Amino acid sequence: MRAYFQAVGAVIWKDFRAEWRSRENLSAMLVFALLVILIFNFALELDLQAKASLSAGVLWTTFIFAGTIGLNRSLAVEKDRGCLDGLLLAPVDRSVIYFGKAIGNLVFMLLVEAIVLPVFSFLYGFPVFHPGFLMVIVLGSIGYAAVGTLLSTMVVQARTRDILLPILLFPLTLPVIIAAVKASQGFFQGLPLAELSVWVNILVAYDVIFLAVAFMVFDYVLEE
Amino acid sequence: MKAKPKALTGLDILSVVMILVAAGLVFFYAPVEVMMGAVQKVFYFHVATAWVGMLGFLVAAVAGVLYLRRNEQRWDILGHSAVEISLVFFLIAIIMGSIWARPIWNTWWTWDPRLTTAAIVELIYAAYLLLRSGVDDSERRARFSAIYAIFGFLSVPLTFISIRLLRTIHPVVIGGAEAASQGGFNMDAPMRTAFFFSLAAFSVFFVDLLWHRIRLGELSASVDSLRVKSYQEGR
Repeated sequence: MRAYFQAVGAVIWKDFRAEWRSRENLSAMLVFALLVILIFNFALELDLQAKASLSAGVLWTTFIFAGTIGLNRSLAVEKDRGCLDGLLLAPVDRSVIYFGKAIGNLVFMLLVEAIVLPVFSFLYGFPVFHPGFLMVIVLGSIGYAAVGTLLSTMVVQARTRDILLPILLFPLTLPVIIAAVKASQGFFQGLPLAELSVWVNILVAYDVIFLAVAFMVFDYVLEE
Repeated sequence: MKAKPKALTGLDILSVVMILVAAGLVFFYAPVEVMMGAVQKVFYFHVATAWVGMLGFLVAAVAGVLYLRRNEQRWDILGHSAVEISLVFFLIAIIMGSIWARPIWNTWWTWDPRLTTAAIVELIYAAYLLLRSGVDDSERRARFSAIYAIFGFLSVPLTFISIRLLRTIHPVVIGGAEAASQGGFNMDAPMRTAFFFSLAAFSVFFVDLLWHRIRLGELSASVDSLRVKSYQEGR
């Protein structure tokens, strides 16, 4: 068991090191996220009245779009430079690769969110730091990264890989998006946790179900 | 080429006859509903096509599991066939629902949980077909689409639940026709006969189409292998 976690850690560490040296994935996600916020600002006329009800939706749309870029990139790099074959040659269980990549993607998403949130708060003078809201962000990102990592591992092996990931990913992650947006909105409006627990439950249920299924089927994604 | 099985021809005839009888029952046997009038008759085929659609998506998910476990091509053909047919049936169900909703709800479309989930289901399985067309290697395509069929089928109930909660916590007035949307009329005996006969007719029709589509899939697979063979011999 310990060896398993060490192997997962090694996959994550490899991703961090590569990212630290190139910094291309994180910076692309970040710039993209800021651009999306900028576009929303003009498209929706985010003024004081609209902010309270719209900001949760704007934030999650931003996270999800930026997350798609990161997910696509994270696996495309492995495929293009032949690293995927190297990973497959490693004498570890296939699920190690899945959890390593998924946790890596999750951390990148959380990093981008950690930078975007203060910027959002700064630009709109809007307090976005509730403990409950941070929990929703983590839960939502887990579900998104769990399904996204599995799908992007499939997509990079397809001919139409540049366009396929969002098409496959968005309809499947709709429960995450709905629950995360509604829960975030509730926290922004200062509703008590008891009223929002139903959304948190959906997020937890989604995370558990899809992590488990992804764990079961990941072997078939990389069966070469 | 394998000859068309006799049983399949029998099933063709049976499904045509059953659908004609079902249409006859709907139009001439079942009474006109008092409140909604003739447009209510959409209901019989609407529910039947939606049922067949969901059945096909379930078949695709089960075929996906079987493919991953057994690694036999026929499960892939079954899953692909079921999704293709069900996508069409489900679209028909949505369109029929719209035709009914226009006079009853006074709008073609509302963002009611069932309608929204139906739209998302169509998108999921359209994505399934896009995934298939994007992967060239047939064995890899079979694995990926099996996984996607399983994931898609699992996400649908969660989507439905979350949209339903969304609407109950934030009540959006859906044309004030919430009761009618949930089958808010009582079926009398002739209506029930027409209804269940339509369900049966479309189920038979579905099996018939599925059989045809599987045969088509098998034939195209054997054409592919013949092509590969002749190419190798030609070299």
